[in-house]
Amino acid sequence: MLDPKIRDDFPILSLEVNGKPLVYFDNAATSQKPQAVIDKLVEYYETSNANIHRGIHYLSEKATEGYEESKKKVARFINAKSYKEIIYTRNATESINLVAYTLGLSSLSKGDLVISTEMEHHSNIIPWQIIKKHKKIDVEFVPVRDDYTLDIDEYKKLLQRKPKLVTFVHASNVLGTINPAKEITRLAHKAGAFVLIDGAQSVPHMKIDVEDIDCDFLAFSSHKMCGPTGIGVLYGKQEILEELDPFMGGGDMINHVTYEESTWNKLPWKFEAGTPNIADAVAFGATVDYLEKIGMRDIEKHERELVSYALDKMKKVKGLEIFGQDDRVESRGGMVAFTLKYAHPHDVAQLLDEEGIAVRSGHHCAQPLHEKFKKSTTSRASFYLYNTKEEVDKMIAALDRVVELFHS
Amino acid sequence: MDLYKKEILDHYKNPRNFGKIKTEAKSTHGENPSCGDSINMDIVFKQGRIENIKFSGDGCAIAIAAASMLTEKVKGMKIVDVADIGFQDIQKLLGVEVSHSRKNCAILALNVLRKMVLQELKQQK
Ligand SMILES: Cc1ncc(COP(=O)(O)O)c(C=O)c1O
Repeated sequence: MLDPKIRDDFPILSLEVNGKPLVYFDNAATSQKPQAVIDKLVEYYETSNANIHRGIHYLSEKATEGYEESKKKVARFINAKSYKEIIYTRNATESINLVAYTLGLSSLSKGDLVISTEMEHHSNIIPWQIIKKHKKIDVEFVPVRDDYTLDIDEYKKLLQRKPKLVTFVHASNVLGTINPAKEITRLAHKAGAFVLIDGAQSVPHMKIDVEDIDCDFLAFSSHKMCGPTGIGVLYGKQEILEELDPFMGGGDMINHVTYEESTWNKLPWKFEAGTPNIADAVAFGATVDYLEKIGMRDIEKHERELVSYALDKMKKVKGLEIFGQDDRVESRGGMVAFTLKYAHPHDVAQLLDEEGIAVRSGHHCAQPLHEKFKKSTTSRASFYLYNTKEEVDKMIAALDRVVELFHS
Repeated sequence: MDLYKKEILDHYKNPRNFGKIKTEAKSTHGENPSCGDSINMDIVFKQGRIENIKFSGDGCAIAIAAASMLTEKVKGMKIVDVADIGFQDIQKLLGVEVSHSRKNCAILALNVLRKMVLQELKQQK
């Protein structure tokens, strides 16, 4: 386990909620921010604020440097070849949409196949439904088996239909399943497909190496990894990005403009129209520094130990059913979705909130997955580097009280 | 635990007027897609009144308790009076203040009921 002193880095963790110390277990929705990141944001506005790429004055250069430095850090963080492969968006959702609206609109045509999976977040379902409408493509979903893993045999069968794109969630935000990204990618490439990975729940929690996985695109969000809201990342292989048309048009993404037509800027700027979210990007650079200082492997180990501890205890709560893998801690992310036999997820979340414990109830933007397993909603506790076993104990005690209240 | 007073839990665990009406009742369904609460309501209207009412469905304690209490209240009432019932009345029935985030739970049954009552009023005209 990580040193609990880490908690002192996060000012919000000393809050009291409903007269109780905050226990923040909603990290899959968004994470809390360390002081270093908050300070960086303030420092940027106090000492560096200017628009980038368009000025030759001192501040503009300083802001540009901070923005580009941030991309270099992110490139190193996921082992991309260069910052040219790092595009900033608003969030993982926009990153996925960027691929849909560029590659999807320009390279897919009627009858082409896109393979996705049954465990996707809505953000990796809806964009493809939109492209399906525009381009009359087919979208197929790799089934989730009863053990909450992907049915790789079915996937291989689908690959025989020569898909143009395979897109999948690396770590499920509900089941905790971590999919074998490298193997899925290898098989997809063999079948001649591009590969887009939704890394929203994996990049914050484990060491990701895009060269090793060999995916063509990877989407993730700063706000789920201790960084500010408003910054998302799309990693793309340079040679593929070079070939794609731009996403949005406007300032900064162009090279030469006439009234009739224009040429595009170099990577990665070709994909970033208009003034970007400079301040948050700079603070995101500081976020990467922070995570690297602690170490992604240690964060992963910490969460694995915590989730295994939580699973053991949760299984003993009367009438509690886990939605997701409960025995494969070795390939599992740090979150647990669950239902209680006697209480509705909404009531569970509300009663835990009264004890200062933040969990989420709902379908977690994975409604089709819930419906497949005949669940309307679930509660979800999701952990991060600053959570402790003592906090898990508090949640277990609170759950026991919920059971008592509803069962008696 | 204010929201989870004994009365509310009692109505949740033993909802009144729960089930279906087999005769020529009218039936309508309503749901809160974001939380998965869903309620079905069967009503027999007779001579401008609600002669019989039952509900079924699945939801949180607030949604179910509110539905249970509401059906108790309106059984036998004149339709025109039922049309006047609002969120405030539901809060009164529940006996607690319902926070913004739970308002949709509390008024799910009322929404279904209002839909049916307004339709009935229209048909009478
Ligand atoms: C697996 C997964 N993909 C995508 C997203 C979308 O992230 P964002 O809302 O930051 O775009 C989320 C966040 O909830 C997620 O959990």
